Amino acid sequence: MVVKRHLLEAADLDRDDATLVLDTAAQIESALAGREVKKLPTLRGRTVVNLFYEDSTRTRISFELAAKRLSADVINFSAKGSSVSKGESLKDTALTLEAMGSDAIVVRHGASGAPHRLAQWVQGSVVNAGDGTHEHPTQALLDAYTIRQRLGRLDGVRVVIVGDVLHSRVARSNVWLLATLGAEVTLVAPPTLLPVGVGSWPVTVGYDLDAVLPKADVVMMLRVQAERMNASFFPSAREYSRRYGLDARRMGTLPDEAIVMHPGPMNRGMEIAAEVADSARSTIVDQVGNGVSVRMAVLYLLLGGAPGSE
Amino acid sequence: MTILIKGPRPYGEDAVDVLVEDGRIAAIGDSLTVPGADVVDAAGLVALPGLVDLHTHLREPGREDAETVETGSRAAALGGYTAVHAMANTDPVADTAGVVEQVWRLGQQAGLVDVVPVGAVTVGLRGERLAELGAMADSAARVRVFSDDGHCVADPALMRRALEYVKALDGVVAQHAEEPRLTVGAQMNEGDRSARLGLTGWPAAAEEAVIARDVLLAGHVGARLHVCHVSTAGSVEILRWAKGRGVQVTAEVTPHHLLLTDECAESYDPVFKVNPPLRTEADVQALRAGLADGTIDAVATDHAPHAVEDKESEWASARPGMLGLEQALSVVVQTMVEPGLLDWRGVAERMSVAPAAIGRLESHGRPLAVGEPATLLLLDPTHRATVDPAALASRSRNSPYAGRELPGRVVATFLRGTATVLDGKAQR
Amino acid sequence: MTESSALPAEPTTAPLLSADDVGRVVDRIAHQLIEKAGPDLGSLVLVGIPTRGAPLARRLAGRIETFSGVRVDVGTVDITLYRDDLRLRGVRALEDTRLPEAGIDGRLVVLVDDVLFSGRSVRAALDALRDLGRPRAVQLAVLVDRGHRELPIRADYVGKNVPTSRSQSVKVRLAEVDGADSVTVTS
Repeated sequence: MVVKRHLLEAADLDRDDATLVLDTAAQIESALAGREVKKLPTLRGRTVVNLFYEDSTRTRISFELAAKRLSADVINFSAKGSSVSKGESLKDTALTLEAMGSDAIVVRHGASGAPHRLAQWVQGSVVNAGDGTHEHPTQALLDAYTIRQRLGRLDGVRVVIVGDVLHSRVARSNVWLLATLGAEVTLVAPPTLLPVGVGSWPVTVGYDLDAVLPKADVVMMLRVQAERMNASFFPSAREYSRRYGLDARRMGTLPDEAIVMHPGPMNRGMEIAAEVADSARSTIVDQVGNGVSVRMAVLYLLLGGAPGSE
Repeated sequence: MTILIKGPRPYGEDAVDVLVEDGRIAAIGDSLTVPGADVVDAAGLVALPGLVDLHTHLREPGREDAETVETGSRAAALGGYTAVHAMANTDPVADTAGVVEQVWRLGQQAGLVDVVPVGAVTVGLRGERLAELGAMADSAARVRVFSDDGHCVADPALMRRALEYVKALDGVVAQHAEEPRLTVGAQMNEGDRSARLGLTGWPAAAEEAVIARDVLLAGHVGARLHVCHVSTAGSVEILRWAKGRGVQVTAEVTPHHLLLTDECAESYDPVFKVNPPLRTEADVQALRAGLADGTIDAVATDHAPHAVEDKESEWASARPGMLGLEQALSVVVQTMVEPGLLDWRGVAERMSVAPAAIGRLESHGRPLAVGEPATLLLLDPTHRATVDPAALASRSRNSPYAGRELPGRVVATFLRGTATVLDGKAQR
Repeated sequence: MTESSALPAEPTTAPLLSADDVGRVVDRIAHQLIEKAGPDLGSLVLVGIPTRGAPLARRLAGRIETFSGVRVDVGTVDITLYRDDLRLRGVRALEDTRLPEAGIDGRLVVLVDDVLFSGRSVRAALDALRDLGRPRAVQLAVLVDRGHRELPIRADYVGKNVPTSRSQSVKVRLAEVDGADSVTVTS
């Protein structure tokens, strides 16, 4: 059971934990479906702090909505324009927030492992909302939720993750979570955008997108930042798009039921063509909606129990 | 002043009595009795020549909040050291005769170990032009080891000139081998663990490439080269190859690279962040083997104190480096002596004789013999204790061994006949 | 909901209600519901509180149809997210919340649970119903009322009143969940 105190990485979750989160999210979604009052009293009196050191409006809003639908009090603490920009350390910030009565800190940080450090310093729960190039566990949970919703299962589902795996916390979290849930994961990227050590991951690695698409149930396109081009990870946006982008022709080679995912924000025309992003196969809008349900499930499972209980 | 050390075992061999007079070993024999001498009971303790560290960061001048020459000297003496080479990356950088003489004088004032300044190779450690190496060599500090440690002398032409130039000074360039273009933003060893932890990798090749280049350059110009903190199995192979070809290269390994692996990074606790980074178990084994067979000449601590705020942070913004002086010998006992890779004479060679020779310190690394300086340490090899950072003499607390049980306790240290440590306590 | 579902061992004492007794009690409540609802029977909604209130509601609906020929709507409402004792009891997996297509607005809702104890489950269920719609009236049917109320709540239909001490556990077993029907009290 996920009666752990923190959600730091998808790699921490075993199959039962992960399934419980997904099942809980499904129950919450159906409990709220069609209701006028989309609010539950579950976390009344609890305080959730969104501590965001990087701009990410969509993730922040998703967590905020999740906490509010569970009746928690929500404080948004953005590093910009705060004491943080005056040099206050992560530790001091965390201890200050906790002294103000926060029960959970949802943290987005540019440094890998920052949520782990936070968890060593505070009594309350820590939820990783994306740390550096490490993990983004709730994104993986909502992706798994979306796959299960669309395809009805995760076991044996063939998922192809395409793009900048090296710098992607979404890819890392998805690799561990999907493998734990029985999916078969293939990574496709230029070798420059795969980490040394990827051989130890529970995945198949390939360089040829066209070769894997006809056998894919899910294609997950990762955002590729143009500045990678300047560091010679690939020669040009055009070449990247030609070799690793998902356009209508490539989408046509997918099996009929296959879906296309993207964690957002998208670079239309770079890793994904507009007509693909807007097609019926695309789950991009579903992913956003499912994010709220999954984050409600996570907050409920972490905070619903006795304070400080393991 | 006359001191009679009763019953120590020089190099772990047969117990003898050692008489110290006027800073020298006056007699070695069985059952010596000297009326009026101070008697030190050393029954069962191993006597070794005082340790010499080729690589210590004392932080003074500039970061006296992290360490001073005095606190670092005290940590060194407690670790069994009688001489330490103080690295040049202070603020201001030790790239002039004035700064190296200042550090040297502070060491003299502290009086716990011989503090031997290292001079910067390039002005401001910037890797652009040579510092006044001759002036530093001719100063009161008598600098013989030159290093930009913390930075690599990356420019191959500049490195060649430095190697050549210090020949005239009987000096040596101690290279921090790290190809900077391959380690931009690097946080930990590049491999399976960095891939999973999402920390930018520091590839072994970035070290090995520079060592390979530098041994070729040293061979070509016939100069001495010293390689700092060797951390990879590949580096050991390259050094073995170079030594086989007769290149005048020496190398050091740190205690932490002999004991710890990149598994430590899994906690994201930056106390384990160090440059070069902790490597894999295979690297650790290769380093131990290289130290055992002499491919690696010396153990050097790379003692790197950091203030709390520089370590109590997220991994990426923490400064690299860890304490080492007070636990170095214990780590060597655990990793080299207890597994049978080195005997006590081997420990003396790697931690005293060889580093003294590399640094050209004539009065250190001397044998335990009559007429030699009474510069030695007494070690209880059977004692085991858990490392408590709060109990360290260093001003900083960033010990990677916190909470770890290690063997061996330095009971006493003597510098030219004067006890700097007795009963495990610093004498000043 | 069962207030003692964590009870590990099989009770050694004889059951308070046998499988046959449970069947008779369910029949009686069904008859009472038909009688009391009168012409409103068609607008009745039986809403079970999981875990065991849910099959109980379905059984009641089945018996009502048998006895009266009227098919009544059945639903479930999971109350976990409405409980006020999460901090004390810790989290648990959620169960289904399903309401009939026609909803509950303006209808007679009968909450169905296996054991009535403190009344806190019923309070949570009332809160959940409030968020789901606006029934004309809400009533409560339970298989066992064991006393020790902590809130001003009482059942409209009770299968059996069982005097217990606070330290005792009342265990309801239903075939749909547990393989067989019985009610036991253990100390």
